[in-house]
Amino acid sequence: MSDAPFRILPRITERNEAFWSSGQDGRLRFQRCGSCRYWIHPHSVLCPQCLGKDLAYEAVSGRAVVHTFTVNHQPWMPVPELPFALAIVELPEQEGLRLTTVIVHCPVDEVAIGMPVQVTFEAHEDENIWIPMFEPIRESQ
Amino acid sequence: MTRPEHLTVISGVGQSDIGRRLFRDPLELTLDACVAAIEDAGLTTRDIDGISTYPGAAGEPPGFTGAGAVEVHDALRLELGWWSGGLERPGQLGAVIDACLAVAFGLARHVLCFRSVWEGSAQGSGGRAAVMPGGSSGRSAPRASGFMEWVLPYGAPSAAPWIAMMAQRHFHEFGTTPEQLGQIAVNARRNAALNPKAIYTDPMSLDDYLASRVIATPLRLFDCDVPCDGGTAMIVSHVDTVPDLRKPPIRVEAVGTALRGRPSWDQFDDLTTMALRDAAAQMWSRTDLGPADVQVAELYDGFSFITMAWLEALGFCGKGEAGPFVEGGHNIARDGVLPLNTHGGQLSAGRLHGFGFLHEACVQLWGEAGDRQVPGTPEVGVAGAGGGPLAGSLLLTRSR
Repeated sequence: MSDAPFRILPRITERNEAFWSSGQDGRLRFQRCGSCRYWIHPHSVLCPQCLGKDLAYEAVSGRAVVHTFTVNHQPWMPVPELPFALAIVELPEQEGLRLTTVIVHCPVDEVAIGMPVQVTFEAHEDENIWIPMFEPIRESQ
Repeated sequence: MTRPEHLTVISGVGQSDIGRRLFRDPLELTLDACVAAIEDAGLTTRDIDGISTYPGAAGEPPGFTGAGAVEVHDALRLELGWWSGGLERPGQLGAVIDACLAVAFGLARHVLCFRSVWEGSAQGSGGRAAVMPGGSSGRSAPRASGFMEWVLPYGAPSAAPWIAMMAQRHFHEFGTTPEQLGQIAVNARRNAALNPKAIYTDPMSLDDYLASRVIATPLRLFDCDVPCDGGTAMIVSHVDTVPDLRKPPIRVEAVGTALRGRPSWDQFDDLTTMALRDAAAQMWSRTDLGPADVQVAELYDGFSFITMAWLEALGFCGKGEAGPFVEGGHNIARDGVLPLNTHGGQLSAGRLHGFGFLHEACVQLWGEAGDRQVPGTPEVGVAGAGGGPLAGSLLLTRSR
């Protein structure tokens, strides 16, 4: 048994498996159109820009900016920590390419809109699921 | 050319008993509302030839719906020319707008529209967590799919934190303050005190609001609507039936259903507004009336911030200016320039889920609101329901 905290995990399908298992090598991947190079999220079966079907998962830099966030105090369901900082981060690879996530390794009262962050993963190895979370980019890094 | 909206009227409205936890059969609450609406219109069940409801029959989450179209159809032994029940539509009032479409198209002449909930009883003493996936109801943890794939793994199954993130972005871009946001809740409570069916009627000051516990910044407990039990119904009728009705009906001047941005809580282009931006713009494009003509506004407050977004989208103030517009509460009071959520909204009168706003707009235009009646009896009202990727609105006028 892994010591991963309780989470409701995503239902893994052929379409999303590459996203949720991506963190195994420490990198974050999104679907991308092989024809017009558009990044696609959430996953689909065709490109919304060019309607092409040549889609594949490609790694992104893992860097992002906090677009907005909330410090959630309410225990809606079992979670490892309360309060926690739920956020929507935007990735530099494409305008509007966003992911809902949590900000970790940072006191919740220091989370701010515009904060540069980078991906880190919470491993659920038994399930081959690596939940992408984000942490502040420290100046020393 | 006649606008299709002008072929339709709202001929009657009805409501069941409303309570925090009634522990009554949800079908009974639903039918109480339906029968009340039919009688209010001066009709009988034999006249009803259409049904439209949100969200239709659904088992999850518990309490979310009291009855579907089929149950009501059979319970009242109706003979229908058209019927529909479902969740995937422009918000809760999308069901009423669909009824307008059916009436304008000639498929039905009197459509019974309803929405009932029993979330108060379903949650019992366990609160919201009792009906959440993985919550204390003991149901086994499911796997997340659909939009939940992107939020459940992060412990955020409720729209409260999703809307909170939109509010936070609005605060960041426009300098909106907690004191401004709080006026939505304080105004609702002030109005609820005059509504005999409201859930929360104790006086609440801005300080009381600010002292309430934080749910998800910047939202506090009193920014969140209160689950309840109850049913709401209204009849959409063809304008040709006006001579058969008990009283002069409310006219449907224009409706809005558009959703031009991505249908998503986190991928929508501008998170400081929502689908209601598009629904409101479309509604105004279908009428010669404008925001200055509106004398009463009943705007969804599942979370208080959604009401602010509706105020901006409908043009009662500029984009980003809802904070200053509601500051101090004078503009939105019953004697202000725009009486808002005159029944107490879902924040204080109970989460009747969208239909309560349309019910109240009709009651105000009929001059039947009792102690909470807006002075002068308004002639033009607007009802808007939904937040996030869901939104539908109706502009209503009183028959002269």
